[in-house]
Amino acid sequence: MYDPTVARLTYRALLGRRRALILGALPLLLIAISVVVRFLAGADDQTAADLLGGLALATMVPIIGVIAGTGAIGPEIDDGSVVYLLSKPIKRPTIIFTKLIVAIAVTMVFSAVPTLIAGFILNGNGQQVAVAYTVAALVASIAYAALFLLLGTVSRHAVVFGLVYALVWEALFGSLVPGARTLSVQQWSLAVAQKVSGGDLVSSDVGLTTATVLLVAVTVLATWFAGQKLRSLTLAGEE
Amino acid sequence: MAVEHSTGTSAPAPGDQTRIHNIGYRSYDGPRLGRAYARRSLYSQSLRGSYGLGRSVKSKVLPMLLFVVMCVPGAIMVAVAVATKANALPLDYTRYAIVMQAVISLYVASQAPQSVSRDLRFKTVPLYFSRPIETADYVRAKFAALASALFILTAAPLLVLYVGALLAKLDFADQTKGFAQGLVSVALLSLLFAGIGLVIASFTPRRGFGIAAVIAVLTITYGAVSTLQAIADAQGSGDAVPWIGLFSPITIVDGVQSAFLGATSASPSGVGPSTAEGVVYVLVALGLIAASYGLLMRRYKKVGL
Repeated sequence: MYDPTVARLTYRALLGRRRALILGALPLLLIAISVVVRFLAGADDQTAADLLGGLALATMVPIIGVIAGTGAIGPEIDDGSVVYLLSKPIKRPTIIFTKLIVAIAVTMVFSAVPTLIAGFILNGNGQQVAVAYTVAALVASIAYAALFLLLGTVSRHAVVFGLVYALVWEALFGSLVPGARTLSVQQWSLAVAQKVSGGDLVSSDVGLTTATVLLVAVTVLATWFAGQKLRSLTLAGEE
Repeated sequence: MAVEHSTGTSAPAPGDQTRIHNIGYRSYDGPRLGRAYARRSLYSQSLRGSYGLGRSVKSKVLPMLLFVVMCVPGAIMVAVAVATKANALPLDYTRYAIVMQAVISLYVASQAPQSVSRDLRFKTVPLYFSRPIETADYVRAKFAALASALFILTAAPLLVLYVGALLAKLDFADQTKGFAQGLVSVALLSLLFAGIGLVIASFTPRRGFGIAAVIAVLTITYGAVSTLQAIADAQGSGDAVPWIGLFSPITIVDGVQSAFLGATSASPSGVGPSTAEGVVYVLVALGLIAASYGLLMRRYKKVGL
């Protein structure tokens, strides 16, 4: 199910040239802000939770997920070079699975690790805030990567749709319509984080069982469907 | 028109088979429309392209959808104001764009790369420059087109609000003043966002990557700035709030309009910059617009040639 060559190619496409710059700039910014906040406000658990929840989990993880998830397959389909990959005797689901693993790894490295570092800078992991949000970022990375990888195989405008989901659905509708929060990767991962932290600083609108079931279901279904989609891929012409 | 050349005067030497035939190519001697016309065409094509006009159905979907999403809340507010006979609109003209900033950011992020990245990717930039237009014309046309498209996007809901307010018989002078202030503010916002979006997009031939980069710059800076402002406000260092606001495009617009255009600031403390700080905001905004124009000029001096 895992092909090292496909993994290497995907990894190089994801981190090649300027893509690595933007992927690296976001975590650096988060850490820089944490340093400033620690300097301004001192160690405060509520501040740490707000910053990690508002900036790291709500904005940074989805954006990195979009870049890594769609970037793992989107550009190849876009410029047609995916046919060289598809014409090799490798199963299509294997290609998807390998690309998913790489996308998850990249999202985790660039979002969960800085979240942990930022959490430790902000309040030295008081009340388990840093660990809780890191777990949330790890869980969210898996779901986001699978979801956006599927989008990359379905649409040529995968990045836009991914961002619409992350920014409009989760952030805007999520804050206005409480029901929208049930269908939000962010809330599912927060449910897991809530379990880890045990305190009242991290809270979610979704129960842990529901969240886990939905997370697993979305990840598995998205991966399976992306594999099916790749089996019958038609290359569209340039518009 | 074909001219018959007489070869009789200098007959070719025997054995020499080389000969030039006149096969009747003609030179164009009609009117030439020139540089201004080409620039105007590029502007109108780019502007139409920003809403998917003249392109495939698929590329119309997103800009039109965002346009509708932008206008619908305005229409709802007007309906509510008319139905409840309120004596003011629920939202200020100047606040509307700030509230809807996610939609505006998505529009810039999707349309700026559409406007310039495709020219880089399909290597059509040299073809443009083989016409009478020059670097400055291309940059100005694209900049003006995206800024106009953004102005249409942000001013249309204000127009809906204004017409609705007049229908609801709100005070005419008051509403006109608010509408005018809103228009100035969205004009500044359009120029600023168009400049930033185009600069980022012009550095990558990949559309998808351009979209992600633009949205990252617009939303992450706003997220960072508003978080820092909230913390600075909570820690009692309220003096720092206006200065932090200088680091994100939307808070710059917010600062300018709360200093000079009678808006209430959207910053956590609700206190906008003072007049002196407002001057700095205006300077930074104009500086950013000028800098993005300069960067685009520098970029297109080299690219594709």
